Amino acid sequence: MTAASQRVASRFRVQWATRTSRLATGLGVVLFAGLATLPAWGEGGTLRLLIEFFGLLAMAQMWNLLAGYGGLVSIGQQAFVGIGAYGLFIFTDLTSLPVLPAIACMAAGSVVIAIFTSLFAFRLRGGYFAIGTWVIAEVFRIVASNVRELGAGTGVSIASLVRMDATERLELTYWLALGVGFGSIVLVTLIMRSRLGLGLAAIHDSEVAAAGLGVNVLQTKRIVYVIASVGCAIAGSVLYLQLLRIQPVAAFSVDWTVKMIFIVVIGGLGRIEGPIIGAIVFIAMRELLADYGSAYLVALGLVMIVIVVLAPRGLWGLLTSRWSIALFAIRRRLVER
Amino acid sequence: MEWVNAVVQGVLLGGLYALLATGLSLSFGVMRLVNLAHGDLGMLAAYLSLVSVSMVGIGPLESLVVVVPAVMILGYVLQRGLLNFTLRGGVLPPLLVTFGLAVIIQNALLTMFSADSQGLDAGPIETASLAITDQIAVGWLPLLTLAVAVGILVALQLVLSRTGLGRALRAASDDGEAARMVGINNRHIYAVAMAIALGTVAIGGIFLGIRTTFGPADGPARLIFAFESVIIGGLGSLWGTLVGGIILGISQTVGGQISPAYQLLAGHLVFLVILLLRPTGLFALPGAREA
Repeated sequence: MTAASQRVASRFRVQWATRTSRLATGLGVVLFAGLATLPAWGEGGTLRLLIEFFGLLAMAQMWNLLAGYGGLVSIGQQAFVGIGAYGLFIFTDLTSLPVLPAIACMAAGSVVIAIFTSLFAFRLRGGYFAIGTWVIAEVFRIVASNVRELGAGTGVSIASLVRMDATERLELTYWLALGVGFGSIVLVTLIMRSRLGLGLAAIHDSEVAAAGLGVNVLQTKRIVYVIASVGCAIAGSVLYLQLLRIQPVAAFSVDWTVKMIFIVVIGGLGRIEGPIIGAIVFIAMRELLADYGSAYLVALGLVMIVIVVLAPRGLWGLLTSRWSIALFAIRRRLVER
Repeated sequence: MEWVNAVVQGVLLGGLYALLATGLSLSFGVMRLVNLAHGDLGMLAAYLSLVSVSMVGIGPLESLVVVVPAVMILGYVLQRGLLNFTLRGGVLPPLLVTFGLAVIIQNALLTMFSADSQGLDAGPIETASLAITDQIAVGWLPLLTLAVAVGILVALQLVLSRTGLGRALRAASDDGEAARMVGINNRHIYAVAMAIALGTVAIGGIFLGIRTTFGPADGPARLIFAFESVIIGGLGSLWGTLVGGIILGISQTVGGQISPAYQLLAGHLVFLVILLLRPTGLFALPGAREA
């Protein structure tokens, strides 16, 4: 840096927070604290619904990190939901660990698996990457369906958790889900504020230019893929704490990824706010329209197409098209000292 | 001898996979569009055939005459009215829209036809076979499927290399902007390419429906087989797609010979190994661009 540019640089500093983001963070902390007390006064049904909400929110945040920020459209993230489910079974039932260490072991294992699967998936790009990840998920499903220790085609119930006191299990699952849901938001915010996030933003604008400026494009994408996959596996294992019964067809079902994609696209792709809005809309629509069965899914598909074509930034994009609102401080601004 | 038989049956199965894969390869080649609803549109064709069989009383093979043009028109309209609008915004929009389309088709079929598996009855040709040796018999239907696949590839090759339409398709594929500048109507050419792509997958879907039973949720599995054939064969190569389909077919039948549980797994594993060792596929054209 020359002396002149140093003089100019010293007059400015990078500022993250805005008034809105400070307010949002404060409200978020209050909301988190309030929701953490819910088991003391809320009903079981509410807790169960919120477990699903926070689990799906975390999965959608991870898918958004992957596709919205990383440009990697995967339709094979169900591989990691299944790995989370079976990992939970392996480490609680087969090695009799308590729930939290079991999830930690599963997460460590899924780091290795994600790096390994990336060796295959990253040979493909764009749309073919999407189908490639799906093939990988299919391989996991077929393998799980053929391993007798994992219950083969019929699947397994997590016996040690079934034996646990039902209220205790519900509360534990709820707190974990709450942590995973809020944790996913914090994680994506921190990533986008980090060097990794800066690289992602550069890649998003132009891969060639980013590479020219010294961003290791492939490695950045691989790191994002591993983080998003492990996050998805953790969210999956939390959801299966509630479901308890693991079947290969359901655990490795592409429906998981369908849900993630709906939530992200409806809420707003490439924005942290998007999956939050999307998950609320998704759960609300399902509670209202679930009776219509597959007609409801046809409607979801239509909504998704309409949004991609007419409002590619989703509901959050529509809400903020007039005003530039950002609840999360992930944008660098230069201000004078 | 049963191993030789497995290989022969695999080659024939490859014809079916090539039929499913050709359209996927074509739409990617011409407009860089990976159609995630490709398999589901093939299933839609099988159901349309089922409807025409039960309503008009024709056989499934005769129904090709009605269903294939209908699906081609659908393809033209779909590309012109929807997919063309997704092509300018990068990788994500076409994937998300075709994925939404896949969900719609699957659930619409489920609503209309229930989850029961269906079959298309083509009469005696289904079981008729040609005995080559005592232990190896080649079914007429798989043989016909392979012949149709080869016929379609020859026809497509001729269209691409000899006609004005083929020239326009190749131009749009090489450089859409430049093609537009020399007066090619890209939107029309893309729609024609999608019509051809869906026409071929419609034929594939109907042959598949005659060969095995099918259900509304079978589309994604067909998409995966088509995709594996394309990648094994190499991006941008029509004949590579046929070879890719045949390699996938042989992997599955030989895997199934080892144990029925390994039929699909063997196909996926061969695909993954080829992907790792030769990511451009076996017959990728020089300069075939990636997505």
